[in-house]
Amino acid sequence: MSNTAVETVRTFDTRTEAKIPLESPLAYAYRRSGAPAPTAGSRATLRERPFLGHLILRGGAIVLDEAVRELLGVSLPGEPQGLVHDAEGERSIQWISPDEWLVIVPGGEEFALENRLREALADAHFAISNVSGGQTLVELEGEAARELLMKSVIYDVNPSHFPVGKGVTTVFAKTTVILRRPSESRWELVVRRSFADYTYRWLLDAGEAYGISVER
Amino acid sequence: MFYIHCPYCGELREEEEFHPKGQAHIARPADPTACTDEEWGDYLFFRDNPRGIHHELWVHAVGCRKFFNITRHTVSYEILETFKMGEQPSFTTEHPQGGSAESATRQAQDALQAGVHA
Repeated sequence: MSNTAVETVRTFDTRTEAKIPLESPLAYAYRRSGAPAPTAGSRATLRERPFLGHLILRGGAIVLDEAVRELLGVSLPGEPQGLVHDAEGERSIQWISPDEWLVIVPGGEEFALENRLREALADAHFAISNVSGGQTLVELEGEAARELLMKSVIYDVNPSHFPVGKGVTTVFAKTTVILRRPSESRWELVVRRSFADYTYRWLLDAGEAYGISVER
Repeated sequence: MFYIHCPYCGELREEEEFHPKGQAHIARPADPTACTDEEWGDYLFFRDNPRGIHHELWVHAVGCRKFFNITRHTVSYEILETFKMGEQPSFTTEHPQGGSAESATRQAQDALQAGVHA
């Protein structure tokens, strides 16, 4: 075949120049359920990081590792449940399954990164999908964040079992989330857009006992 | 609730994350058009229902979303082993204590040795 994958794959930038009001997946939840302000007894804080760039990389670990090292400066987490961040802590790659990784970069960078990855991978057997519009990142912080998670997910979030730099896909209430631990004090939930409202309301309800507050 | 070891995630996860997908190791006939109705019907619809060791296909639906195999005892519900696609079970009806995969390898090696000597 003379056509390389770079030439035949159609890509497009999902971010448009047009002045269209942008709403995060939680916009409806904020309007309907509000955002509780911190009180004296607040022991947990919720914060959404909307409009980040989410890419799903699929392919062989060795081929992808080379390209990712070159473009992001970090190695691909080859071990199950691995999560690595770059030096600034802005960009991350997470192991999702033996041939699948989730890359999260600051909003606006994902299209350029996708194109550069396609160029670097050229004819290798791989797939990249931009899933930025399909999911959002919710951060949980505070001393009660772990207790709040214990009420919500079936996975064991004890620090001995869930060290920093680990991320799993698991059941959260009646939906699923990708749960990650980028630092000692912070937990991240990657939530599907269609379940963002449910997850938000669940967290507010479960977090009421810890005086959960929402930063916007 | 069971804890099931996912061979791809490499750790024990809650049963809630998994779905059973029926009997494992069912080979699709190489040439379906050459099958008799009976052969094709057997392939499509008929499954074993053993009392004892059973090999099953499961999927880690909420985790890594990979299919893998489980050897399960249908009387005690005990999960004897889990293994990746393409691997052979070590627990079988002939080897209820395990080790059948190893013996298969050993037999193959013996046959190879015999071939070398012959």
